[in-house]
Amino acid sequence: MTTPATASRIKAKQRLGDRIFSSTALTAGSLILAILAAVAAFLMVESVPALTEDPEDVAILSGQPFWSYVAPLVFGTIWSAALALLMAVPVSIGIALFISHYAPRKLAAGLGYIIDLLAAVPSVVFGLWGANVLAPAVLPLYTWLTENLGWIPFFAPPASGTGRTILTAAIVLAVMILPIITALTREVFLQTPVLHEEAALALGATRWEMIRTAVLPFGKPGIISASMLGLGRALGETMAVAMVLSASGGVTFALLTSTNPGTIAANIALRFPEAFGTNINLLIATGLILFAITLVVNMIARWIIGRRKEFSGAN
Amino acid sequence: MQVTFDGRPTALRRRVLATAGAITATLLLASCAVNEQPPGADVGGHRGIVVGGGSSAQQAAQEAWVVGFQTDNPAATVEYDPAGSGAGREMFIAGGAAFAGSDRAFELEELEEEEFVACEPGSGIIELPAYISPIALAFKLDGVSSLNLDSDTIARIFTGEITRWNDPAIAEHNPDVDLPEQTITAIHRSDDSGVTENFTEYLAAVASDAWPYEPSGVWPLEGEAAQGTSGVVSALNNSSGTIGYIDASRVGDLGVVAVGVGSEFVPYSSEAAAAIIDASPVGEGRAPGDLAVEIDRTSTARGVYPIVLISYLIGCEDYANDDDAELVRAYFEHVISPEGQQDAADAAGSAPISATMFERASEAAALIH
Repeated sequence: MTTPATASRIKAKQRLGDRIFSSTALTAGSLILAILAAVAAFLMVESVPALTEDPEDVAILSGQPFWSYVAPLVFGTIWSAALALLMAVPVSIGIALFISHYAPRKLAAGLGYIIDLLAAVPSVVFGLWGANVLAPAVLPLYTWLTENLGWIPFFAPPASGTGRTILTAAIVLAVMILPIITALTREVFLQTPVLHEEAALALGATRWEMIRTAVLPFGKPGIISASMLGLGRALGETMAVAMVLSASGGVTFALLTSTNPGTIAANIALRFPEAFGTNINLLIATGLILFAITLVVNMIARWIIGRRKEFSGAN
Repeated sequence: MQVTFDGRPTALRRRVLATAGAITATLLLASCAVNEQPPGADVGGHRGIVVGGGSSAQQAAQEAWVVGFQTDNPAATVEYDPAGSGAGREMFIAGGAAFAGSDRAFELEELEEEEFVACEPGSGIIELPAYISPIALAFKLDGVSSLNLDSDTIARIFTGEITRWNDPAIAEHNPDVDLPEQTITAIHRSDDSGVTENFTEYLAAVASDAWPYEPSGVWPLEGEAAQGTSGVVSALNNSSGTIGYIDASRVGDLGVVAVGVGSEFVPYSSEAAAAIIDASPVGEGRAPGDLAVEIDRTSTARGVYPIVLISYLIGCEDYANDDDAELVRAYFEHVISPEGQQDAADAAGSAPISATMFERASEAAALIH
């Protein structure tokens, strides 16, 4: 009878380098949790006065309850980000596929570099471009849409006189999140096992069929997580939205009028400079809501990725 | 130097503000060597450091005043932090700033309730209407550079009731102008602003039928909005048929509305803007040094322009710290002096205060001790 080997398990000798490295990694890992917890705690503590105070005493609320103040902002935040995602994801996947599977190698490298460059443009530049170039440029299109397709609720007239609508803001957001989504999906597509691709081609698939059967299923979780990262940026984008959007409250699905719902982040930026007393707490409370929305979005993304993992082509 | 403030519950927030002020002062102490003269030089006037903060509308004017004051008094340093009117008033109350710039005067209740840390207990408050800025109604309409609009028409344009440029209400007072059949896009500020507050105050005072809303820094209605004066100006310029209210110094090539006052139409001008202040009474129950005017927007006196923004310089009558008192008084005197007012007019496009107001403000500033 031999005793199982587990009894005399060999312990690896602890070396100094190992210990230093593992403890720094542990510190870095816990640091991010600590920062997140500190931000959450700050938001919650600072929000309390705004939630408990009588709405009559908070100048920005001017009597209405907190939730009816924040509801249109929540709607505007999610609506503009969703529109941006709707525009950015298909384009990003197209660009990523072109770079990874269609473009000649030299062109692909150059194109990838340019896309990465786009990610480095500061949001205030996008804001200036959106307000001064894009908005006047799309104005005739908006007017035409409201005049000819006004029966579609999204294009309900009257058209904005300046073009600074939620659709314009969403286009700017889409351009801003495009590089993030493209860069990530491109990397994922490049990871597709070559054996899968070659097998598909050997079975007589065309290049499009190969992409559909081998690359896209493999890349699906990657596409989703890239989209969620992009969505995170779109939800929290402040400067560009504040500069481009003609925000004046209200919940509406009309894309082309001058009355648009604001977004939480842009609203904080617009109101903060002149805010004082409990008004500041109120704005921070809306920030807490944004924090919660972002958390929920990320959790949904995790859940989707987790659910799809076993069906992806990767295994 | 920019000191930013996060929101804290009031007590803590004040302590933070006070500390921030102290830090600013300390840092300035370190940097004030720049101002120091070689020994033996004839150093004019005052020395020391004074920290103020508040209204961002005053920023350009304050910069001009500080430069002028420090040129005259090389050993003195004045620091102004344009953190916003609300933050400025809180800083002043908390003692973090020796003086404040504010787009509104303190309410009487505030003066009774608050304890001003920088002042001796029981001291009065000095409030000087040092920065007067006319607000222009600017529009962009091809081929039109000036329009006559009465207050009722202005209110109905901004509520969206009048939607076409050739509306009879507009045409009535502009018989010589060829008004196009074009949609009016009225643009307001999307941020919280003293300009909006003064404009809505004007509308509420003179056109209460067409404008039933309370004056407020945040636009009470829906419609086209843009961020800051620059945002409104570029929105006005980027399309046609637009109208908005902006700081008069930023009008540029845009068309300008002559506003109906009584039976005449007055375009904005520095003199007309300063005249409305002279035509307005100081609020009741104010201390002698407290020149918080209640602008009489409904005045029908000749040649007054009723849409103006007044921003105040606020200080103590009796400072706890005598060095502060001397510097603040000297600085206030510089600000209201004709040279100071002209500097602000050059730098920020504000309207210099009138000779009458100069006399009253000088008397008020002389009370500081």
